[in-house]
Amino acid sequence: MSFQGSRPLDPWRWIGVPTLLCLSASVLFAVPLRVFGLQLPEPVFPLAPAFAWAVIRPSVLAPFVLMGTGLFLDLLWGGPVGLWPVSILVGYALVLFCRSMLTGQSRAVLIGWYVFMVLVVMGAGYFATMFDDGVAPSLLATLGQFVPTILLYPFADRLIERFEDADVRFR
Amino acid sequence: MSYRDGPFNDLKVPLTWTAAVAVIVAIIAGVALLLADRRETLQTEAYGVGRRMFDVADKPISGALSAPVQWVRQVRDTVSGYFFAVSENRRLKQQIVELRQWRDAAIALEDANSRYRAILGLRTEPPVPMVTGRVVLDSRGPFANTRLADVGSDKGVKVGNPVMSERGLVGRVVGVSRGVSRVLLLTDVASRTPVLVDRTDARAILVGDGGSNPRMAFMRGQDPVREGDRILTSGDGGVFPRGLPVGVAAKGLDGAWRVRLYADLTAIDFVRILEFEDFASFVDEKGLERSVMPPLPAGELAREAAAQAAALPPKPAAPPPAKSADTAKPAPRPAAAQKPADGKASTSAAGSAASSTPAGKPAEAAKPSKPPAAPSAGANKPAAEKAGSGKAAAGKPVQAAAREGTGASRPAADRPAAKPAAKPPGAAPKPSTEAAAP
Repeated sequence: MSFQGSRPLDPWRWIGVPTLLCLSASVLFAVPLRVFGLQLPEPVFPLAPAFAWAVIRPSVLAPFVLMGTGLFLDLLWGGPVGLWPVSILVGYALVLFCRSMLTGQSRAVLIGWYVFMVLVVMGAGYFATMFDDGVAPSLLATLGQFVPTILLYPFADRLIERFEDADVRFR
Repeated sequence: MSYRDGPFNDLKVPLTWTAAVAVIVAIIAGVALLLADRRETLQTEAYGVGRRMFDVADKPISGALSAPVQWVRQVRDTVSGYFFAVSENRRLKQQIVELRQWRDAAIALEDANSRYRAILGLRTEPPVPMVTGRVVLDSRGPFANTRLADVGSDKGVKVGNPVMSERGLVGRVVGVSRGVSRVLLLTDVASRTPVLVDRTDARAILVGDGGSNPRMAFMRGQDPVREGDRILTSGDGGVFPRGLPVGVAAKGLDGAWRVRLYADLTAIDFVRILEFEDFASFVDEKGLERSVMPPLPAGELAREAAAQAAALPPKPAAPPPAKSADTAKPAPRPAAAQKPADGKASTSAAGSAASSTPAGKPAEAAKPSKPPAAPSAGANKPAAEKAGSGKAAAGKPVQAAAREGTGASRPAADRPAAKPAAKPPGAAPKPSTEAAAP
């Protein structure tokens, strides 16, 4: 099966499969492994498809899937329920709102927008945690999650390349 | 009937706007969930059924994923043990020599401590049972630091139990299901742990911020901590027992005192859960809420009986007014209790003892029937009993009992004469021996 070229926008293919991959990767990276005193990174995997879905086309299903994914992260990581749904959806809403400025842009511009979206999402999580728990989270720890999440852009890029031309109404 | 022939044939919804509405609805739902969350509390109900079900479902998956990690670690330990046996043997022999000296010192200290306890009449801390569990999941982001251990309520684990590695404190249990429990680490932003500096006995609260070194907050005193001081749990509040090793004090880059955790030095595959219970949990809260009605006078009793006799035939009208009025009638209180907010009235009615009592506790100030306390050891007995009854595993009550006991053994003349707070509330004037002490 070739992964090149466009595919019709089947919800299972452009939303379902990436979601399952993100959830599986999140569980896999939560394994208690320490190598030479260093732990595995903990990137926020759903941010890659969230960015790609907003770029590909508006969708009614995607926000609710992102909310479910965020809830899964909250339950998996033991954080406050609602933290990641809100944070991810804020980033998704930002990209969706600015979608007309993103479509057809070069890869460098998209990377810049992706970094900006991750920054907004982490900032939303930072302030939500600060207001919820009354303590400002460590900036170093936040950076430790920010950087691995940025490195996930190739997955978002691949998703965009694969499904961007599938729905010509939103090109 | 095909879709296009249906009643929604002419209904056209702009996808962009619908998607925007969907995003807004989802964000509102997420905010509502976030506001309703109470994970940081120690209440069992706060963890929620959803979280418990998720943990139970996740345990076999994460357990299967973490099993290869355990196997690899075991193989590595075996191989390194084989190749480095000689050097390790040398190191262990030297360690045995050092530990023998510590053992002798520990025996001497244990003997002295047991004598002091016997002299002071302290209750010793009971041994805390513990269970060992394997960590199957570890989250380490800036907003949540938790672990999932594969022991749960079936092994006696309860919410609030302290969790340790072989080196030091790791955190506490915040959620328990059958066969699995969620551990909130000391580094989590919701974690607050009362600690003390071993050298100075200064108290602080260890506040997690998602980083690897939690911050020490609310420190008091001049120079209470230095670099390298050992940090232990203080036992204040009763959540943790006193004296669990936490880490070493270190100055952070931001100038705040932080703690390098002992638990970070070890592998994170196994944890020990201490089945320690907060002594406050032994208080019968429902029993405290039950109010005992005051006895009715003889006249009131007669009227009560008459009203009940009159109420025997069924009457559709209102219930007898005498009964409700009598039942709701409060007990006669002294003047001090009737005007709790009025400081002048309390002072004039109950004397100087009431003036030192907070206005919100008028009932304590109004106990005129209590006999005056004896000036000697008897005066300290209630406090010592109170401390001892509170499951002596918590350190503070034991300390309080020790201090009280020390105070009792001293002659009354040595104690400062002007200590109104030490007087029993509502007590009569001081005995002349204390008041007239030189």
